[in-house]
Amino acid sequence: MDKITLSHGSGGVLTQELISKIFLKVFKNPYLDALDDAAIFALSKHHYALTTDSFVVDPIIFPGGDIGKLAVCGTVNDLASCAAEPKFLTAGFILEEGLSFDILNKIVVSMSRQAKAAGVEIVTGDTKVVPRGKVDKIFINTTGVGMVKKRLSSSCIRPGDKILINGCIAQHGLSILLKRQNFSYSVAIKSDCNPLWGIVKLLLNANIDIRFMRDPTRGGVSSAMNEIATACRYSFLLQDSQIPVDNSCRHLGEILGLELLDIANEGKMLFFVNPKDAHRALRIMRSHPCGKNAAMIGETLVEKKSRVYLKTAVGGLRVVGSPLGESLPRIC
Amino acid sequence: MKYVDEYRDKKQCLRLASLINAQVKKNNYKIMEVCGTHTAAIHNFGLKNLLSKRIELISGPGCPVCVTSDGYLRNVLNLLKRKDILLATYQDMVKVPVDHTSLEQEKSRGADVRSVQSALEALDLARNNLKREVVFLGVGFETTAPGTAIAIKIAQKERIENFSVYSAHKVIPEALLALCADKTLEIEGFLLPGHVSVVIGVKGYRPVAKQVKIPCVIAGFQPLDILLSIYRLIEAINSKKPILENEYQRIVSENGNPRAKALLQEVFQKQDSLWRGLGVIPQSGLGIRKSFEKFDAFKKFKLKNEMISKVSGSSCLCADVLKGKLTPSACPLFVKKCNPLSPQGPCMVSREGTCRTYFEYRQN
Repeated sequence: MDKITLSHGSGGVLTQELISKIFLKVFKNPYLDALDDAAIFALSKHHYALTTDSFVVDPIIFPGGDIGKLAVCGTVNDLASCAAEPKFLTAGFILEEGLSFDILNKIVVSMSRQAKAAGVEIVTGDTKVVPRGKVDKIFINTTGVGMVKKRLSSSCIRPGDKILINGCIAQHGLSILLKRQNFSYSVAIKSDCNPLWGIVKLLLNANIDIRFMRDPTRGGVSSAMNEIATACRYSFLLQDSQIPVDNSCRHLGEILGLELLDIANEGKMLFFVNPKDAHRALRIMRSHPCGKNAAMIGETLVEKKSRVYLKTAVGGLRVVGSPLGESLPRIC
Repeated sequence: MKYVDEYRDKKQCLRLASLINAQVKKNNYKIMEVCGTHTAAIHNFGLKNLLSKRIELISGPGCPVCVTSDGYLRNVLNLLKRKDILLATYQDMVKVPVDHTSLEQEKSRGADVRSVQSALEALDLARNNLKREVVFLGVGFETTAPGTAIAIKIAQKERIENFSVYSAHKVIPEALLALCADKTLEIEGFLLPGHVSVVIGVKGYRPVAKQVKIPCVIAGFQPLDILLSIYRLIEAINSKKPILENEYQRIVSENGNPRAKALLQEVFQKQDSLWRGLGVIPQSGLGIRKSFEKFDAFKKFKLKNEMISKVSGSSCLCADVLKGKLTPSACPLFVKKCNPLSPQGPCMVSREGTCRTYFEYRQN
């Protein structure tokens, strides 16, 4: 294959390949090589996290959010997953000639609202306008700096660690899918797009022994779990019956034959927690608006095979693979 | 969820699985699930894990993408050389490798290939792109063919002249005959595809069932549906009774769907068809009737004979996988050289493909 295909942007194995064969090879340095959601570096006495993300979601306004909200949440959540308190954001806009001021204003206001909610300031930015057709309405890039509160690493994960998630999966991807395909589905599925620093902060302040965190965005829970399994080498066992799924999402998944574990989230975090703290963590998460449906969905096994197993609802067992390619491009 | 949850009841599933295992009397039972959706469901619910190792579930040729011949795809590639072509296809087709390229790769080189969810969506593309020749790739069995038929009928009624269909539609019963004729397979029972059966009804299999003389059970796609059907098959194999049963009665009727059948009859006629891996099976394909030939891309663009396969010399063993002679993990290319990112054959492409299912669920 000699050209970029849409699958290279899916967050799946092809994206990994693109990163390692093109970018990593050339940019090689110890910060980047960690391939975490954010780079962690030390300045004077403190550790900071730095991350960047570009947003090209289509449609730009969807049930539960818009490209602006997503641009703030996405970056804030990448920082949160490194246990870093988000401090400052930058925002770069690429606008298409002909975009209405109304829509732009709506998006910017939404960014500001989310930034406030996440306790982060948008302190610098950039704007470019390109001729009609050169971008689709609006693309946004955000970069965020956060202060690291606890050093986490996949190498901290131990057998027996419980795996927790703060709510129902697959809402973001499905809401985009519904909106884009104009399905006449009786229930609107809202994206779960939300900043997660609040819930992470609660857990850290309560001294919950969090070993590792990851926000399961593109590629969903399956992709995130497989990446972590590869990194820490342990296998994981998930319980299908414990994974929270909203009924309307479940129905849509059934109708369309979609694997919900593969579908993107924008307001979910996977927590790997010391088993002695797991129940307390669950109680704390459920006290937060972003964690009402929090659940314990699995645990780390002793086996070192980097596999993700799923105990199915009917009692069978299977391996959850990492999704490859993306049937639905431009979800974030 | 009604009609779903009750068929996924854990207690019932485990009970049924133990009843099946208690029935196992000989060393090996070879049951073929013809349909790719069954293959996926069996893996998805981890059913093999519940059943005795002596029950061998073989995956059959029931994935539309997998059985589409390389000759057909080569014709499609030739079609794309014309600059006015807008190709509309189901997403799965775009990754199928042929002659070191695929529709996806052609697309990244500038060909106009669009993914659609239905034939009607392709028709919309034709309405909105009057200067382009929209060709819809009609693949699939009795399930997708009626949808294609509707699009062709509307196109005729509305005189949408820049729309045509390149049909590779196929029918299932004739393929069952071909599978049974292959004595090296020794299939002892068929798990018949639920969706196809909704269209053709139990009646659609009667003539074939008489000839194949092995138990056939029409099955739904929930775990209990599948387990119950396997239970009946094992029972019938034990008593050597060639039954034809419908275990999917909540949806499948004796006569099937009369409207869909009428559409098939009106727009298509049976013709010989080349199946990837299975070869030419007489009267197993659906060609577009003369009365609708204006919408037949094969005639419109004077395409070449598609019945010639050139993959037989390659190291891809999809053919043996499609026949159930080889499990994907036994193929030397599996995972290492052939995976969904660089598929060597169609079975690794489609989500219903046997190799893809084995890959996704990492089944050995």
